[in-house]
Amino acid sequence: MPAVKGDGMRGLAVFISDIRNCKSKEAELKRINKELANIRSKFKVNLLSSNKYTEKQIGYLFISVLIEQNSELMKLIIQGIKNDLVSRNPVHVNLALQCIANIGSREMAEAFAPELPKLLISGDTIDFVKQSAALCLLKLFRTMPECINCAEYASRIVHLLNDSHMGVVMSASSLIEALSKKSPEDFKGCVSLSISRLSRIVTSTYTDLQDYTYYFVPAPWLCVKLLRLLQNYPPPEDPSNKSRLLECLEGILNRAQDAPKSKKVQHSNAKNSVLFEAISLIIHMDSEPNLLVRACNQLGTFLSHRETNLRYLALESMCLLATSEFSHEAVKKHQDTIINALKTERDVSVRQRAVDLLYAMCDRTNASEIVAEMLTYLETADYSIREEMVLKVAILAEKYATDYTWYVDVILKLIRIAGDYVSEEVWYRVIQIVVNREDVQGYAAKTCFEALQKPACHENMVKVGGYILGEFGNLIAGDQRSSPSIQFHMLHSKYHLCSISTRCLLLTAYVKFCNLFPEIKPMIQDVLNTDHNLRNPDAELQQRAVEYLAMSKIASADVLATVLEEMPPFAEKESSLLAKLKKSKPQQEEENAEKEKKARPSAVMANDSSSSTGVVSGSLVDVDTAQKEHTLSDVFQPSPAAASSDRSSVEMRPASTGGDPDVFNAVDYLKFVTKNNGILYEDDNIQIGCKLETRSNLARLGMFYGNKTGGAFTNFNPSILAGGSLGVQLQVQAKPLDAVVGAGAQVQQLINIVCVQEFTKQLIMHLQFSYHDKNSVQQSFDKCLYLPIFINKFFEPTEMASEQFFNRWKALSQTVQEAQKIFPAKNPMEKEAIRTKLAGLGSKLLDDVDPNPENYVCAGIVHTQSQQIGALVRLEPNTQAKMYRLTIRSSKDTVSKQLVELISTQF
Amino acid sequence: MMQFMLLFSRQGKLRLQKWYTAYQDKQKKKICRELITTILSRKPKMCAFLEYKDLKIVYKRYASLYFCCAVEEGDNELICLETIHRYVELLDKYFGSVCELDIIFNFEKAYFILDEFLLAGEVQETSKKQVLKAIAAQDLLQEEETPQGFFEDHGLG
Repeated sequence: MPAVKGDGMRGLAVFISDIRNCKSKEAELKRINKELANIRSKFKVNLLSSNKYTEKQIGYLFISVLIEQNSELMKLIIQGIKNDLVSRNPVHVNLALQCIANIGSREMAEAFAPELPKLLISGDTIDFVKQSAALCLLKLFRTMPECINCAEYASRIVHLLNDSHMGVVMSASSLIEALSKKSPEDFKGCVSLSISRLSRIVTSTYTDLQDYTYYFVPAPWLCVKLLRLLQNYPPPEDPSNKSRLLECLEGILNRAQDAPKSKKVQHSNAKNSVLFEAISLIIHMDSEPNLLVRACNQLGTFLSHRETNLRYLALESMCLLATSEFSHEAVKKHQDTIINALKTERDVSVRQRAVDLLYAMCDRTNASEIVAEMLTYLETADYSIREEMVLKVAILAEKYATDYTWYVDVILKLIRIAGDYVSEEVWYRVIQIVVNREDVQGYAAKTCFEALQKPACHENMVKVGGYILGEFGNLIAGDQRSSPSIQFHMLHSKYHLCSISTRCLLLTAYVKFCNLFPEIKPMIQDVLNTDHNLRNPDAELQQRAVEYLAMSKIASADVLATVLEEMPPFAEKESSLLAKLKKSKPQQEEENAEKEKKARPSAVMANDSSSSTGVVSGSLVDVDTAQKEHTLSDVFQPSPAAASSDRSSVEMRPASTGGDPDVFNAVDYLKFVTKNNGILYEDDNIQIGCKLETRSNLARLGMFYGNKTGGAFTNFNPSILAGGSLGVQLQVQAKPLDAVVGAGAQVQQLINIVCVQEFTKQLIMHLQFSYHDKNSVQQSFDKCLYLPIFINKFFEPTEMASEQFFNRWKALSQTVQEAQKIFPAKNPMEKEAIRTKLAGLGSKLLDDVDPNPENYVCAGIVHTQSQQIGALVRLEPNTQAKMYRLTIRSSKDTVSKQLVELISTQF
Repeated sequence: MMQFMLLFSRQGKLRLQKWYTAYQDKQKKKICRELITTILSRKPKMCAFLEYKDLKIVYKRYASLYFCCAVEEGDNELICLETIHRYVELLDKYFGSVCELDIIFNFEKAYFILDEFLLAGEVQETSKKQVLKAIAAQDLLQEEETPQGFFEDHGLG
């Protein structure tokens, strides 16, 4: 041990005497921990600023492992790093860069992001510092995308792709790959440079690149990176770029045929990593049928390769090929091999890929075979993938059914072999389809009846059977073997084995039998009359038993027939199964939906621009104020008295582009953003209240009109203005009202609203009526009011854990997906008040998610008919500055923007 | 982009962890626990890729050590497998046929080598020669320095 220096030891002496004075072991421990904390905090900074490399290095390692983000030491550390960044010793510079990249906090981004690009593009910087600088910048960009001014440095960063040092090119291409996603326009120069770089590597021999050759494969990491980068752009239009790229891709496909230069797995992995990335690019371009088919054939040979990894990846890539019109047929050639994989693969992750591929390649021609194979596999499938498989089989069966008896068979078989994994959506759906398709009802009743006869049958089977027989049992009652009493007894034999909810369903089936088969009514009444039904502790079951019994006794045959009539067809809408599958794989499917949308021409747009009257009134409105608009609309409309049936219908009139007509509650309607009930408008004559209920993309708005005067309102006419784009974004249907509202009376009007697409404008109610004022002079009321329909009303709250939240948050990192606003607090910044408002927003207020307990985060899904849009909300109050920062990320930029606008008005 | 890399033994002991995105400690522990159990229960001939949440896990066993990386949806699994292999080669070259104990006792070297090879979750330098050169330069600086230094200056020697 080296000699002790006097000064340095004073602290130690104090420390020792402190410990000696400690009375208990706990006190001793406490003192030691305090000292350790002291040492730790001093340590890091001191080590960092040491001139000795060893100490500096340990200091940096220490910081990157142990530092807490909000540590006060951060300032000192940043200063230390700054000093090292300008050091003449490149090793020190590199240590500092590595530290920035390892920590990568916002503070770091703010402190260093402006400097790094200069270091990166400077001619004086040596290669390995450039490499670190590029990746360091990438890290800061990921932390804080706005920290880099892309436009300023883009072209010089892009030119790094020409650098003679392969390591620099490699790091630069990683950086460009990320930056070009944010601002593709700024970086588009990278396309031709990447292609020429790639071409030089692909055509080189493995000796050319020396140390960058890996097991006889020239620069595989760089190739993969460049191929990935090219997938951020559409296929090159420039003919020479295009032909050069196609040559590269062909070259890579050709090399896959060559005899291996080494038996080592590293050689084949490196070579194939480039091949798979090239195939990804070919699929991304989706424009070269020849290459797509060649890719498919190549993957086909991998399907029976002895390497499990290759079989797995081939199945995965083929999934994408199956979705391209050019290669779909080529994929189908491998159907037998893929089905075989399902049967013989020993690794469940590989079988899962085979299931995915079968699902992707299924079409009308092979549906019956694929569905049959999947059903067979389901019997022995791993429990972890059963539910997803059930969904997929159900979707395929529905999508490709030409004969609905086949569909019914498939679903019943699903219930039989994997009943526990058949979710509600699946059996709801089969009932919907049977109810909607007359041609299959008899068959369904017969098959359900047969399935129920089997000794063991799943409860879900009882549910489906109960519902179908209750509706369509009469269609098979002619057969002696399935006479009404046999049907009833068979269903009832399952009754006691079932859960309460199923029993409730069965009771409804029984009472339906009362109508279908009056001859067995006494039997049914006996069952309803038993104590375990009439006095069942479950309120729902008891209520059904009591009511159904009473109804069967009191009601005449005619009344019964009306009440228990066959269910009307269900509204045709998107299968709830797809929605469920999407939920389980949110990102992927959302992207698909996005693509589908792009492909579809937007026919809806034509709707409102082609209406010539609309254009006329629109342009006239611009000339003058709202009043003129009203008089104009009166001209177009039939007079209220003349057409009372038209009253309160929804006008599809485009609102003025300049702004809405004068609206009398424009000041305070925003209070309804976070609440659903309240007074919309009130004056001496009328009080208008509203009450809103929403469920997914549907809303029901109850309007209450209270007449405060001593006389009746006449010509009472509320109409709704859903102008411009709002007309297609929301479907609004208002129940007609009587034209007279008696003195002192309150009338209610229901308005049903379907949110078809996200919207930004406000629905307006235009209310007109005549009344008598205090002096009995007839007056007319004519005002417009904003209705409390905002996009956040269609929020469905989503519960998620912290990790999940931040993963989503990160996934939505494109700048357009985020909207942010910093605004001063209008109200006292009280925790409870903020929480109440956020809860009223409709999304889920999540606790313990944000590392900073002062912040609030919420998550929800905005439901529209055409799509579901996830949205994440983060509100950061700053009580000192009396400001808030509000950030919204959502998959739709319009939604992010609109939510920010709305929510920022609330605090 | 690589999200994290874990090294653990056949007994399930974590030997090295490197996180390229921020996770809370609780999450880190959960992820480690789940992945270690899943991977240790897999049989030798099984495929080296797994799906885990929205990440892809790529792993490979070298003697008694498992190397496990998490990459994102669009990343290339095979090149990731070779990234692992290159790291093993670097360790091997530096330590001279590396074993688990080398990593236990010289964990800081294992981290330094990793930092030279990967940065911000991306491969920085694939050339074995270049990485080892950088590490050798560091080692040289260390040797030049006298063994006494900070610790002594601060009365901690």
